[in-house]
Amino acid sequence: MTATISRKAAIVGIGATEFSKDSGRTEMQLAVEAVKAALDDAGIKGADIDGMATFSMDNNWENEILRQIGGKELKFFSRTEFGGGAACGPFVHAATAISSGLCDTVVIYRALNERSGLRFGSGQLFSTSPMDPNIINFSHYFPYGFMTPAAWIAFSARRYMHEFGATSEDFGRVAVSMRDFAATNPNAFFYERPITLEEHQNSRMIADPLRLLDCCQESDGAVAFVVTTAEKAKDLANTPALIASARQSIVKDSRMMTPFYGESISGIPEFDACASDIYKMAGLSPDDIDVACLYDHFSPWVLPQLEAFGFCDRGEAKDFVKDGHISRGGKLPVNTHGGQLGEAYIHGMNGIAEAVRQIRGTSVNQVNDVNHVLVTAGAGVPTGAAILEKG
Amino acid sequence: MQQMSDIPDKLLNVSNHSLENQEGIPMSDNVSAAIREKVAHLLNRRVGPYKSWNPVSRTQVWQWCTAMGDDNPLYLDDDYRKDTEFDDVTAPPTMMQMWTMRDAQGNYPPGSTDDNPYELLKLLEDNGYGGVMAVSYDQTFHRYLTEGDQVHHYSTLVHMTDLKSTGMGKGFFVTELAEFLDQNNEKFAEANITYFQYETPKKQPGAKKPGSDVQKITRVHPVENYDNEHFWQGLRDGELLIQKCESCSTLRHPPQPMCSECQSLEWGTVAASGKGTVYTYTVMYYPEIPPFDYPNAIALIDLEEGVRIATQLTDVKPDDIKIGMEVEMTLTEVQDDMTLPLFRPVNSTK
Repeated sequence: MTATISRKAAIVGIGATEFSKDSGRTEMQLAVEAVKAALDDAGIKGADIDGMATFSMDNNWENEILRQIGGKELKFFSRTEFGGGAACGPFVHAATAISSGLCDTVVIYRALNERSGLRFGSGQLFSTSPMDPNIINFSHYFPYGFMTPAAWIAFSARRYMHEFGATSEDFGRVAVSMRDFAATNPNAFFYERPITLEEHQNSRMIADPLRLLDCCQESDGAVAFVVTTAEKAKDLANTPALIASARQSIVKDSRMMTPFYGESISGIPEFDACASDIYKMAGLSPDDIDVACLYDHFSPWVLPQLEAFGFCDRGEAKDFVKDGHISRGGKLPVNTHGGQLGEAYIHGMNGIAEAVRQIRGTSVNQVNDVNHVLVTAGAGVPTGAAILEKG
Repeated sequence: MQQMSDIPDKLLNVSNHSLENQEGIPMSDNVSAAIREKVAHLLNRRVGPYKSWNPVSRTQVWQWCTAMGDDNPLYLDDDYRKDTEFDDVTAPPTMMQMWTMRDAQGNYPPGSTDDNPYELLKLLEDNGYGGVMAVSYDQTFHRYLTEGDQVHHYSTLVHMTDLKSTGMGKGFFVTELAEFLDQNNEKFAEANITYFQYETPKKQPGAKKPGSDVQKITRVHPVENYDNEHFWQGLRDGELLIQKCESCSTLRHPPQPMCSECQSLEWGTVAASGKGTVYTYTVMYYPEIPPFDYPNAIALIDLEEGVRIATQLTDVKPDDIKIGMEVEMTLTEVQDDMTLPLFRPVNSTK
C-alpha cells in the first residue's frame, strides 16, 4: 500500500458535550456545541473549515452545522456507514482529502441522544422499510426475537470461550479494568464507581454469556474533532496528534452486526485484515504502541482486538488481560478514559478523543511518554483503525 | 388555546383525504352538525370552583416526590433552599392537578360546585361516542406553590372539532381549559387538555376480556424481496430452502442474488433435511421484547448440507444447550401468517 496519507494530517482540536442519560436538547444542539468546542480548542474559526466527515447514522446535516458555526463553504464532506464501525472512517476520509489537497481543515463530529432517544439495545433499532439494507439483513434474525446487539455479539463470545477456554471472568476482567479508569474520570458514568470482578459475576445476565457489566453505556452526547494539515498544525497551540496511519476494513465475511457465516466467528476478520497495513503505513510495530483505545461496546470483543493487532497470540488475550497489561500501570493501558463500558457510548468517538489527550499529555489517567496510540472502530461490523502519533 | 390544527396529523393518525375517499362522509355531515348543536350550550361554560381537601403540605409533597422519583432538592431540602428565593417547602408544579382531586370515595371537597365539568363528554357518550383517549396536556405554570397554599380550580370546555376520522375510529376532539387558582384567586397554573371522544368500541362476538380487540404485538415480519422471497415462501410451503448455484453448485445462506464463488446469477434451491448441530448459541434474558417468551434460546445451526442458519431453540433448558449438540428442525407456525424453522435437540421429548 502506498501510504500517501501518513502524517499529512493531524487532529488539532477536540470538543465534547457532557455525557449523560438525558441531554435535554436536540442532537443538532449537541453537535454544534461539540464542534464549537473543538474549534475553540484548536484555535480555528468556523470560517476556516472547508471539510466535514461524520457517520451515516448521524442525524445532523453538514450544511446545518456549517451555517451555525460561522462557516462559509465546504469543499468536501463524507459519511461512513455501519454504526460504530464508522468511528475511524471519517479520519481516513479527512486525511485523504487533506493529503490530496481537496481541502485543508475538516471537522469530524458525532452527536447522539442514544439513551433518551432511540436506544440501540431496545430491540427497536431499525425501520421496516423494504428499501433499508438493515432490515433486509436483519430479516433473518428479528422473527426469532434475535434483535439486540448484546445477543448478536454473544454468538461470537460463546465461540471464543469454546475455542480458547476463555470464561465469563476473562470478559469480566476487561469490564473491571475499564471501570477502574472510569472511576477516576469525572466525565465518566462510572466516575468514583469502580467495580469488582465479583460484582461483574453477580450482575444480571443479558444475553448469555454477556452480563450487564459486559455491556457499554447507553448515552447522550457529542464529540467533535478538527483535523488539518500537518503544516498548519505546527502553528497551533496544541500538540498535534498526527494521523500516522488509518484504514477502513471490510472482508468477504463482513456483515452488519451479524458476522455468523465465516469459517471462524470467534475473531474479528476485519481487524485481522487491516492490522498489518495499519502498522506498515505508520512504519511501526505493536511494540511502539503506548496506549490503545479499542472499541468496547461489549467486553468480550476487546480480547480478539488485542490478538488481531499483535499484542498477544491468538487465543491468549485472556492471559494478557489477566496479567494486567491492559489495566492501570500495565504495558498497554487500554481505554484510559474508561471506554464505552465506563465513560459513555458515543459510538467510539470518545475513545479517539482520549487518544488525542494521551498524545497531548492531558488525560486524567495520563500514561507516561505516550508517542503512539492505536484506535479502533466498531467490531462485528465493517470497520477501521488508525494510529495517532505525537507531532 | 390549542387548536386541533396545531396537532400534527401524523400524531393523530388523521387523514382528511382518506376521510372523504374511504368513508364518503364530508367533514361536517349531518351527524356532526346535530351533535354539535346539542352540545353547543355546554361549550365555553366556566364550571367551578373545585376546592382542595388539604392545603399544600410537606407530607403530600414528600409522598408525591417519593412516588414519582423526583429528587429535586428544591422541594424538600431545607438546607438547599436557604440559597434560593423560597423559604418554605415548595411543591413540584406538576402536582397542580392533584390538589383538587376527589377523595377515594369520589367526593369533591366542601365548597365545591355540584356541576359536572364533563357533561359534554357524557352527552357525546350517550350519542355513541363513548371511547375516550387523552391526546395532549399543555401546561403553563405561573408560580410555585409553597406550604400552606390553598388551591381551587375551574374547568371550561373551550373547543370541540367537527367529526374527525382517525385510526381509532370517528370522533370529536374536545379541549378543556383548567385554571388553577390560589387562596387569593390568583392563577398559579393552567392547562389545555385535549381528549378524543370516539365511537364506542364495539364488543366483538365471543370476546371475553375487555381490551381483547387491541391488536396483539406480533413477531417482526421479514422483508421479502426478489432475492429472498423463495426462502419465506418455502417455509410457508413446508420446506427450508437453501440457495444453490446453478453453475458451481455451491450452497449459500442467507440468500443473495450472486454466487460468491463463481459470480453466477443463476440459482435454484435444495430442501434442507432439517438436521444439524449447534455451532454457537445465546440465551436472551433482557430486555424482554414482546411477544417472545423469556429466556429466549437462540442458536446458530450448522445444517448438515453445509450452511449455517440462525434460529430459536425449543424444548431445551438453557443449561442443557451445548455447542455440537445435534438438533432437528420443526417447521412451526408461530403466528397466523408466519412459519419459521425452529430447532430442538434430537430425541427431545415432545
